[in-house]
Amino acid sequence: MKYFLSLFAGIAIGAAVFMVGLYYNPFQGQPAVSPLAVTDQRIIELSFSGVPADALLYTDHGESWVEPHPDRVAELWEPAVADTRLTVTMLEDARGKVAGLGIKFLTASEATNVINGEALADSIWHVYLPGQGTFMIDQTENYWTYIRDVVVPARWSSGDSWRGSFHGILTSGPGSLGTARVSGGSGLFANLSSEAVESVTARAYSAVTGPVSMTGSLAIALPQPTMASE
Amino acid sequence: MGALGTGALAWYVPAVDLHRERSLISVVPNGGNYEVFNIGLPGDRILVGLPNDDSTLPADLAWPGDEYLPGLQAEIFKLRDKNNAVVGVASRLASAGEPTGPFIEWIVHLPARGTLYVNMDITPDDEGLRAGAVRAGTNDFATLTGTMSERLVTDVGEESEGNKRIELKTFLVGQLGEEE
Repeated sequence: MKYFLSLFAGIAIGAAVFMVGLYYNPFQGQPAVSPLAVTDQRIIELSFSGVPADALLYTDHGESWVEPHPDRVAELWEPAVADTRLTVTMLEDARGKVAGLGIKFLTASEATNVINGEALADSIWHVYLPGQGTFMIDQTENYWTYIRDVVVPARWSSGDSWRGSFHGILTSGPGSLGTARVSGGSGLFANLSSEAVESVTARAYSAVTGPVSMTGSLAIALPQPTMASE
Repeated sequence: MGALGTGALAWYVPAVDLHRERSLISVVPNGGNYEVFNIGLPGDRILVGLPNDDSTLPADLAWPGDEYLPGLQAEIFKLRDKNNAVVGVASRLASAGEPTGPFIEWIVHLPARGTLYVNMDITPDDEGLRAGAVRAGTNDFATLTGTMSERLVTDVGEESEGNKRIELKTFLVGQLGEEE
């Protein structure tokens, strides 16, 4: 019995050491500067609230700590879509004025590998900007630093919350420089092929209800110099 | 041993294992394949946002309508395969009065397979069938090109009399040198 307990304790301590090493691994991180920061292309900046309650609509499988809304919205409980979250939100331009509508489908990625610091999700944005047109953004996002620096500290906190300042680039592909792919659909964006980067700035997070103060941002590169209102 | 075991577990056991419904794909004689998806109405609607209309869905949706999205018709649906199993979600955006030109387009998102972005023709044919071209695809669809059609179907039969559904039919082929 004594040896069994020693073995069990050794395994538990070893597992804990591994997890701590994983959490504090200084070699795992994501760039804080957008790959588009040095581009000579024109950039459209679109921002949106990262707080699900601020969105027009948010839904998932219905059992997460983030409450789907508005009331009676259909939940994505079927097995094939249970790992997908749907957000419909208004997008604002750099001046804080409403710029359009964004629909985001986000699905956990099977390429997720915690040893490599990759908490991955594949996401799709369907974007409409009135008077300009529509486009799709497809990207792989890495939430590792967000989880490590915001979500886990909130869960460890005695108050089940986190306050601070976090800014991170979420987009990690599929572009070779870690950029998202933009495919234009209609209007001024018809036949556009370009790149984008999504980032997040968080100031408060609750382990009970999810993000409390968080802003997302989409930076979209425009090759054509004739496009308006960036 | 604990550290090594946890490491091996984290390396070999997938953290995410998406559920896959069997793909019900039919091969066509000239190469390529087609697949049919259905959207039951009204049950599979997740969101309906219409200009100047109180019939938004969900009922409590604070849709900005003509104030910020003039003329836009936005819909989001659950998507079913031929066996009536939900396999994905889809968004449809349409506007007839857009200054830069009318548009109708779909994004079909099948979580375990990928996404299709399709630009539809504005005018349907005499039988109500509207065709469209695949603009872009991701993951399993990244190397495929093709078309998609949409039509509203009213089922006739003892059990499904009067049931309405949107039928989406994709025709996809691999690009030259690729296998679909």
